[in-house]
Amino acid sequence: MRGPEGARAVIVYGDYECPFCAALEAPLNELELRVAFRHFPVRSSHPRAQAAACAAEAAGLQGAFWAFHDALFADQGRLEDPHLWARAQALGLDLARFDADRRSDAVAERVRADFRGGIRAGVATTPTLFADGLRHSGRPDPELWAALRGG
Amino acid sequence: MAVIEAGLPAPEFSLATYEGDAFTRERLEGRITVLVFYPFAFSPVCTDQLSIYQEVLDDFEQRGATLYGVSCDAVWSQQAWREKLGMTIEQLSDFEPKGEACRAFGVLHPGGFPERALVMTGPDGVVLWSHQTASPGDLPGANLIFDALDAAAA
Repeated sequence: MRGPEGARAVIVYGDYECPFCAALEAPLNELELRVAFRHFPVRSSHPRAQAAACAAEAAGLQGAFWAFHDALFADQGRLEDPHLWARAQALGLDLARFDADRRSDAVAERVRADFRGGIRAGVATTPTLFADGLRHSGRPDPELWAALRGG
Repeated sequence: MAVIEAGLPAPEFSLATYEGDAFTRERLEGRITVLVFYPFAFSPVCTDQLSIYQEVLDDFEQRGATLYGVSCDAVWSQQAWREKLGMTIEQLSDFEPKGEACRAFGVLHPGGFPERALVMTGPDGVVLWSHQTASPGDLPGANLIFDALDAAAA
């Protein structure tokens, strides 16, 4: 979770290979919101989504979740393993630990837990955003931004 | 036309499997079955929908429910789609006579394709729950199926 304490809370279910999630990301971060990101990788449509989600969680174990998250959304064309290593390296992470963690059962289970939580909350596509009294699925549109700005 | 309601016995129908045999009403018996009617293989919403169900297929199996995808596509198209998505959910084709099984379940869209609908039947072949989306473009979350399984088990 990031954003100012006490700001309006938003939960985003997303997938690092989903273009609409990337489109949501940058404008969302310009708003004064407290954002929680939960993984909703749909592997059959987005073959690298699961690996990317696990990589972000592995970076998180070294305190770099959001930096890695931003680096993934900033360049969705590069999600293969060497690209993930390059990001970890650029962020100064311990590469061996990063690589072991991103393949670990604990990290996979964490991603899985997010996914199941999303299913239970009725998430059926990405991105799906929840805020108090608001639910939006799919490509961000002007109504969504108006609702988030208007509070 | 609207989807068959809970409490009614599933109609007689025949759908084609990729293996070449007929999937008929008898195949529903003895277990919980969920027929996932979708408009078209390879279309974006159907791809998202079936991909998400595939992700939680283990959970459905643990709950004793078997899912089948149903569309008016040819078995070859359905199989190509399965392979593309790495999907194990079995597909049933209502290609010829086209849409007849969909019509029997009340889900044949006037455009000649299935409405997006879910039909859950019990071991006795009676409909336990059904759901049709307001528009074929709406995507019913897997939570609806889990909720229906919870209700059926209660």
